[in-house]
Amino acid sequence: MTETRTGSAAAPPRRTPLTSVHSELGASLTDFAGWLMPLRYGSETAEHNAVRTAAGLFDLSHMGELAVAGPGAAAALDYALTGQLSALQPGRARYTMICAPDGGVLDDLIVYRLGDAEFLVVANAANTGVVVTALTERTAGYDARISDRTDDYALIAIQGPRAAAILAGLTATDLSTVRYYASCPAQLAGRQVLLARTGYTGEDGFEIFAAPWDAAQLWADISASGASEGLIPAGLAARDTLRLEAGMPLYGNELTPDITPYDAGLGRVVRLDKPGDFVGRAALAARAEAGPDRQLVGLIGQSRRVPRHSYNVLWDDAPCGTVTSGAPSPTLGVPIAMAYVRPDAARQAADPARGQLAVDVRGQAEPARLVELPFYRRADGAARRS
Amino acid sequence: MSVPGELYYTPEHEWVAINGSTASVGITDYAQRALGDVVFVSAPTASSRVASGEPCGEIESTKSVSDLYSPVDGEVTEVNPEIEDDPGLVNSDPYGAGWLFKVQLDDASGELPPGLLSAAEYTALTKEESDS
Repeated sequence: MTETRTGSAAAPPRRTPLTSVHSELGASLTDFAGWLMPLRYGSETAEHNAVRTAAGLFDLSHMGELAVAGPGAAAALDYALTGQLSALQPGRARYTMICAPDGGVLDDLIVYRLGDAEFLVVANAANTGVVVTALTERTAGYDARISDRTDDYALIAIQGPRAAAILAGLTATDLSTVRYYASCPAQLAGRQVLLARTGYTGEDGFEIFAAPWDAAQLWADISASGASEGLIPAGLAARDTLRLEAGMPLYGNELTPDITPYDAGLGRVVRLDKPGDFVGRAALAARAEAGPDRQLVGLIGQSRRVPRHSYNVLWDDAPCGTVTSGAPSPTLGVPIAMAYVRPDAARQAADPARGQLAVDVRGQAEPARLVELPFYRRADGAARRS
Repeated sequence: MSVPGELYYTPEHEWVAINGSTASVGITDYAQRALGDVVFVSAPTASSRVASGEPCGEIESTKSVSDLYSPVDGEVTEVNPEIEDDPGLVNSDPYGAGWLFKVQLDDASGELPPGLLSAAEYTALTKEESDS
């Protein structure tokens, strides 16, 4: 057998403060965006299911952290990003994007407001350099300093319905006061951290920003505390199927410089109503007016063959779009995919009487049902990005 | 990683056990580890013809899909009926309960089909792939 997908590394990948911990746990390590990251520890399906039913522990130290500080920080971010970060309350976080002047997405970000004049911007590992450069250029006229703090943070996520109960045993902070998309400084297992109630799995959970030298001990203490609750370490493979089920975009798949937030169905992150200019405003306003020429949709495969990234979507046997992400869904037990399709095809396929979409799976058309995103929504609350 | 000495291997990570004029085929431990959790196997059907080095099916895992190649020439006599309901057998027992199909060999002379690797040669190949 031959794997269709191949990868290669030019430079040796960077290690996180937890790489040796992963090796000791027997993880399969992979080069991801220039970092040596755990792909899985055992069965990625078991890791996925643990996050849905109990909890999973992730090393996300490859993510980029950028500090934006100074009296002009809020105004600078309002100009540099699509969101209105000046309206964000200290202690709250927001999902937002940084766009090129033509409206294309350079990265999707979570911005934490830590204080009146202090923000933490979390970028995708592959885009950290692009975001640092763009933010530095765009904020040059503002009284704000941008610094790449990626090496100053380990980032550990605990995700799943038991996450809060597991952390509660390790901190005096009342976790019920930490709302979804909020953060606060906290003592966790005796270490000073920034504790954020954010994630990328569709479950309740926390992301923990810690000093690199505290990471291994925190990992061990959380693992020990969570073992009786069903907590297991989870790798990037599980993270990908979890976010796909939750309908969350992955940069490089659903989001690229050729895609605007409107194409991705994320027009809500573009605050055209905010005062002042921002990078990409004119192009994005025009796109909002015209409507997107493609639409991000959910597909459920009707056979067992899985639609994968880059496969053609067919309507009436003719290409009408492209799959951006696809996988066998561990929770639903069927193949699921996200795809960009022409709006007219999506409209027609929404009415089953008019026919059905298909995906060209290596030369054979496999029927696929159009569904609303997300594929999975947790029962007890709003697992969505605010 | 397990590479049983009595089996033969393809460079595409199938194993084959030859017993007289019949052969059993599966994928290796190295392959199942690289693939991750197998969720669906499309194996050749009984009575179909397979040819050495030719694709004869596919294996879907969480992360990817891979072609399955036949190590030998012949006619498929049996397909593992357990795999349909429990494709995870390919992960949990790749050389045993995770076998995929059996072939009646065209050449029953006992000659080894060309292009197959010994356990030692296959081990060396996987070392190269892991290091590259």
